[in-house]
Amino acid sequence: MLKSLFHSQITLGFAQAGIASVLALAVILLARRRNIHLESDAAVALVRGIVQIVAVGSILMLLLKGPRWTSVFLLTGMIVAAGSISARRAKNIPGAQKVSTYSIAAGAGLVTAVMTWAGVIDTAITTLIPVGSMIIANAMNTNGLALNRFRSEVLSHAGEIETALALGAAPEDTVALYAESSIHASLIPAIDNLRSLGIVWIPGLMTGMLLSGSSPLYAAIYQFVVIAMILASSGLTSLLSTMMIRNHAFSPAEQLVLRQGLPS
Amino acid sequence: MSARAGAASDAVVLRTEHLGRRVNNVVIVSDISLDVHHGEMLGIVGPSGSGKSSFLRLLNRLDEPTSGTVFLEGHDYRQFSPRELRRRVGMVTQRPFLFPGGVASNVSFGPRQRGETLPDAEIAHLLGRVGLPGFAGREVTNLSGGEQQRVSLARALANRPEVLLLDEPTSALDEQAKAGVEELICNLVRETSLTCLMVTHDREQARRMCDRVAILEAGRLIQTGTPAEVLGA
Repeated sequence: MLKSLFHSQITLGFAQAGIASVLALAVILLARRRNIHLESDAAVALVRGIVQIVAVGSILMLLLKGPRWTSVFLLTGMIVAAGSISARRAKNIPGAQKVSTYSIAAGAGLVTAVMTWAGVIDTAITTLIPVGSMIIANAMNTNGLALNRFRSEVLSHAGEIETALALGAAPEDTVALYAESSIHASLIPAIDNLRSLGIVWIPGLMTGMLLSGSSPLYAAIYQFVVIAMILASSGLTSLLSTMMIRNHAFSPAEQLVLRQGLPS
Repeated sequence: MSARAGAASDAVVLRTEHLGRRVNNVVIVSDISLDVHHGEMLGIVGPSGSGKSSFLRLLNRLDEPTSGTVFLEGHDYRQFSPRELRRRVGMVTQRPFLFPGGVASNVSFGPRQRGETLPDAEIAHLLGRVGLPGFAGREVTNLSGGEQQRVSLARALANRPEVLLLDEPTSALDEQAKAGVEELICNLVRETSLTCLMVTHDREQARRMCDRVAILEAGRLIQTGTPAEVLGA
């Protein structure tokens, strides 16, 4: 129906975005009737989302006309932003932003670089940016989950940790158990995505490839490749961030700085 | 039941000099200078929020002083690594926080951190001393509150500390268990000449157990002396 009304692809896109937003707002209004107030958060998120994604689309339009290496700068910018966003999950842990940025850069950066070098990811900006951003975004989510879990585990087990410190244990040993459970918990979504691939959901990239006329079988296999890359980069990110952040939970004199009611 | 019975000497094991801690400009502990003698049981008494536990946490450097320092056997405690200091200045807290697993594994925790294996006989000996003979093979989940606190005491003693900090060690126990743990601590101090600092809000307990008492109010040391001098007859 919309296609007959809008002949330009851009105006068609905005019309589709408008209908999707109306649907989302309808659900929010439904929630409001049950006293669940998401209006302001959801409205801001919807506006932010469309502005951000249109900005990215516009930048991509410009980049497509430039040399391929410009994608490196864009991906680096995404990594820095991802580090900053997921560090908010580690409130009161000093150095969380640095840890997040380094971990995402190492996890997502290494996987993207190796896979691009191996020819799995095409160096064309139209491939490298969307696939790279998917890997970075998932690494960011995993990092946020890992840090958030680690923080809450440490806060709720401060007594056990300080008891171990008081008995002469090394700080990293006192939180090893909580670091392990944080890594495990943070990887559940990535593992579940891989497990449910094709059964519960057909991810966006595969949908896009199908829409653009790729072979369904190749689109399916390539989607597996992307999800496996996401698992690899998320795993590496989570491992690194948890390893690094556990040292930041302690002062140089081996005192637990992350404690309830104690400003860091 | 006082622990002293002639065990204490005049040798100063632990000395605090103008010890203080501020957090965000709030005074937690202020300018405390105190000597603790070999083999004595010093009670730290005061109302809730007076800084008793905060003072104790400064002594094994679980928290960092913002002023002053502590001397252990005449040496500024910053000369020791935190792990070495905490081995020498042991701590038993209000809640025992036993680690998941068996009693023996808990008792041998401290030595294991230094790569040492605590022989089974030593574990049995320590458990015997805290009144839990034959408990080595038990799981910690099956212990009563009083038994858990005794295991916590044995675990602290396994490090062979020179000073033992006790942070309200009986406040989470029922009356019967409390009396048992009190007697146990007094016997240990008397038999081994262990130097102890015990935080308590219970003045009667301080009177029963301590050789000397220090009163804290709003983070400040108000008075020290024998229980009779400080708490009255």
